[in-house]
Amino acid sequence: MTAVATEAVVAARDVTRRYGSGDTAVDALRGVSVDVEPGKLTAVMGPSGSGKSTLMHILAGLDKPTTGTVTIAGQEITGMSDNELTHLRRRHIGFVFQFYNLLPMLTAEENVKLPLAVAGSSVDPAWFAELIAKVGLSDRLGHRPTELSGGQQQRVAVARSLVHRPTVVFADEPTGNLDSRSSAEILELLRDSCEAYGQTIVMVTHDPRAAAIADRILYIADGAIVLDRSGSTEGEILKTMNELDPLSQ
Amino acid sequence: MIRIALKGLLGRKLRLLLTSLAIVMGVAMVSGTYVLTDTINAAFTSIFQTAYSTSDAVITGKQAFGNSGNAPSFSASLLPRVRDLPSVADAAGGIGDLAQYVGSDGKVLNSHGAPGLAFSVTSTDTRFNPLTLLSGRWPVGADQVAVDDKTASRLHVAVGGIVGVLPRGGRLRRYTVSGIARFGNSTLGGATLAIFDLPIAQRLFDKVGRLDQIDIGLKPGYSSSTLLSQVRAILPPHTQVRTSEQQAKQASKDTSDALSFLRYFLLAFGGIALFVGSFVIANTLSITIAQRVREFATLRSMGATGRQVRRIVVAEGFVTGLVASVVGLFLGLAFAKLLVQLFKAFGADLPQSGLVFATRTIVVSLVVGTVVTLLASLRPAMRATRVPPIAAVREGSILPPSRFARFGPVAALAVCTVAGAMVGYGAFGHGVSTGLRLVLLAVGVLGIFLGVAMIAPRLVRPIASVLGWPATRVGGVAGQLARSNSMRNPSRTASTAASLMIGLTLVTMVAVLAQGLRASFEDAVKSEFHADYAVTAQNNFLPTSIDSATALRKSGLASVVAGVRVGDGRAFGSTIQVTAADPGLSQMIKLEWTLGSSRSLDQLGLHGAVVDKGYAKSHHLVAGSPIRVETPGGEFLDLKVVAIFDPPTGGSPFGRVTTSARAFDAVYPSPQNIFAFLNIRGGVTAANTQALAAVLRPYPDAKLQTEKQFIANQEQGLNGFLDLLYVLLGLAIIVSLFGIVNTLVLTVFERTREIGMLRAVGMTRRQSRRMIRHESVITALIGATLGIPLGMGLAELFDRAIGGVPFAVPWLTVVVFVIAAIVVGLLAAIFPARRASRLNVLEALQYE
Repeated sequence: MTAVATEAVVAARDVTRRYGSGDTAVDALRGVSVDVEPGKLTAVMGPSGSGKSTLMHILAGLDKPTTGTVTIAGQEITGMSDNELTHLRRRHIGFVFQFYNLLPMLTAEENVKLPLAVAGSSVDPAWFAELIAKVGLSDRLGHRPTELSGGQQQRVAVARSLVHRPTVVFADEPTGNLDSRSSAEILELLRDSCEAYGQTIVMVTHDPRAAAIADRILYIADGAIVLDRSGSTEGEILKTMNELDPLSQ
Repeated sequence: MIRIALKGLLGRKLRLLLTSLAIVMGVAMVSGTYVLTDTINAAFTSIFQTAYSTSDAVITGKQAFGNSGNAPSFSASLLPRVRDLPSVADAAGGIGDLAQYVGSDGKVLNSHGAPGLAFSVTSTDTRFNPLTLLSGRWPVGADQVAVDDKTASRLHVAVGGIVGVLPRGGRLRRYTVSGIARFGNSTLGGATLAIFDLPIAQRLFDKVGRLDQIDIGLKPGYSSSTLLSQVRAILPPHTQVRTSEQQAKQASKDTSDALSFLRYFLLAFGGIALFVGSFVIANTLSITIAQRVREFATLRSMGATGRQVRRIVVAEGFVTGLVASVVGLFLGLAFAKLLVQLFKAFGADLPQSGLVFATRTIVVSLVVGTVVTLLASLRPAMRATRVPPIAAVREGSILPPSRFARFGPVAALAVCTVAGAMVGYGAFGHGVSTGLRLVLLAVGVLGIFLGVAMIAPRLVRPIASVLGWPATRVGGVAGQLARSNSMRNPSRTASTAASLMIGLTLVTMVAVLAQGLRASFEDAVKSEFHADYAVTAQNNFLPTSIDSATALRKSGLASVVAGVRVGDGRAFGSTIQVTAADPGLSQMIKLEWTLGSSRSLDQLGLHGAVVDKGYAKSHHLVAGSPIRVETPGGEFLDLKVVAIFDPPTGGSPFGRVTTSARAFDAVYPSPQNIFAFLNIRGGVTAANTQALAAVLRPYPDAKLQTEKQFIANQEQGLNGFLDLLYVLLGLAIIVSLFGIVNTLVLTVFERTREIGMLRAVGMTRRQSRRMIRHESVITALIGATLGIPLGMGLAELFDRAIGGVPFAVPWLTVVVFVIAAIVVGLLAAIFPARRASRLNVLEALQYE
């Protein structure tokens, strides 16, 4: 576990990812290099099948590249065992999923604290209280997911992704399953945690409105980063998207 | 629709396999039982056919009643008269009795409950000899014996070797092996054959001038009915003649009657396994249906009726049942072999021939397995019909509750009440026939299981929260999640636990009942017998020659030696056990007397009788009442009641009627003791034991034991039977183990995305395995929590019904059962936990 002197919290170098072999092999990533900058909200955009989810999975230590290297918080993951990777995720990674993925039998509070429980770490009460206030769930802590709206459930999920103060939070289509009002709330929450806590966030989305809150947008097509832009407006993003993927018009 | 059902099944092969296993085991037990009992039957039939294949008709002694035990011999003077009959071509006499081989350790060869048979041959005249000589010659003269091949190899002797033989009622002697013989094509199980020259056999068994059997060859031109009538005309009393065919049939019938008990006994365990299997099937189908709500809804939205959906589920049940039954049917063949080994291990070596696979076995196995599965699929099928088409487009649809769900608790109580009433009536009802009693008890107990299983969903939460507590302490977050998971779907956890509950209830019930019986037996033996040493047969329960007791008495070592004779007799129209007391027994047996006293035992004379209180009551016997006892040999004992005792509930040391050994020995040929007791100066000491053992050395069947050893030995039979029951009930527990595996596999499948999320946020493979394992153990412990008290309750009920048996809980055994439940939980979790830990996190997260 040697620390690499680099500013990036997550770095990918010449990453390829091939699924299957022989004639049926699919190259999901064809040589991607990217540095995720600390304290920034990076959006990964691209049409379906572009490889954006694969990139996120590899950056988050859920999957390993076929060739190339990935460094998370200064640690090279390529040679890690499943156990080592799991422990790495525990410490450094937070997740927000499209379908919330809360455990139905646990209360909101228990769901939020789950990553700490899994890691066997103790809860910092002050931080927990602040977090809950931030996501606006103080009066919902004892509720179970079925008693919460979609937006509330996703707020629980956001709190869960932040509770162990990870190096980087990965959000996979966090607004994909929400109405526009709840989407706006969640996006604001993500933006806010970036601003207030300097939280590094990587968000995979194909929603231009979501991408508009990002400091930086990576456009992916056919397994490669085709554009790397700093913050844009919704309109510009839509335009870029259409240029990149004319079929979606 | 049926094709959809079939495709659905084939698309889920693992599930089909796991579901089938629950029924496969039960069907294999049923099929194995039939194969085993048919095979033993066939073996016996072949043995008897071989035995009577060489003659046309057979004359044997005829017991005055019954057909167990040895028929009385008859005078050999009958033989020349039979030979003189016009329809008789030739005839030869023979002896058939019992003899045991003695191993190199000086003890009788353990025949696993099978008889040691002795036959006579005439080496010069082997026309009627059904045996085949493999090597050597037939025995001639006083020093020779022919041995069956299996025994010869067990004893490691060949022709010319020396073996010790102990004839019934006689003394151990060494013989030279003249030849090795074989009997027919079947194995004889543990039975041994000792073949002697005819005059020697007559002398050995105290039958000089007498015969046990005459084989007759029919003269050509005469019919067998003519032969029979001519023979009957000259038959003395207590003899009978049958054609060889009739004789073989009668003998086969006697054994097949005995075997039918074994068959029903084993089938009962097959039934229990199937009952547990039906729980597993119902539960599995319910879970899969809940998981396929969207599939059914899609079918509904395309126009399938509720009935068609139901038909799919029922068809799946039918095919599963059929497949499982076919597999179980053939597995039954292996099971039959396993059962043979099992019985051998528990001391019953049964004869074998080639495995018999009867049409009836096939039909019953397939029908039972398929019908049970079909019945179990009915309720889940009814629920499937209630899936609305709209569920096709809803996210995370759940199965609507059954129409009857709200009546659940009421129905459960009703089932329990009715079942409880049946058990109560079965146990305590007066004037209920044994058959009806058994049916009431069996159906009632099954009903109670059903009722408890119906109530169980309501008990799962409180029980799981208590039982899961250790898991939360030991297993950390994995344990906490396991506990929450087990409470998530109470009815699923309840049905899974209920299947294990059934097995645990039954083993607990058996253990508690046995403990009670053992305790009362021990009390009885301790209060009844007050001797320093006891002598019994090596196998503890068969009678043994009185010679050993006589030798002990003659040795002068003991201050008093007294035996208890035993034999069958008939009095007041029914067959009873008759016992007889040697003088001096009064010093060693203590009983409660309502008439007379212990000393009456020593003063019975030739006509005194002691009876127990129950027998006296049912036959209105008082002091001086006459009792006429007929012996199997057709002789009579005319007795008068002189004493009546009140036996302890743990068992009487005597038969229904007891007289003096002198009176007994006068009418029972070669009398035997069931046990003998002795007192010796100094009591039990190493020196005394050694001295007594030295006296008993020439009596290889006599076993010297202290009072403690005697009690332990007497309990051996009960313990052996108990172990057999545990093994057979273990089958039901194995079935429920598969049920837990099933539920867990389906649950893991259902929670794929959850497990994916947990892995993503940092749960290690080890933690995810632990989570499944703890849930499994919690489920198994819920089964134990329900089953063990239920088993105790039923045992208490039966104790009361039997009356006088104390309710005694073998706590150590109960602890073992709880540990067994935990082990079942751990074993059941192995495969599902592996699956959970090997889930591909990425696929799991994208999984819908």
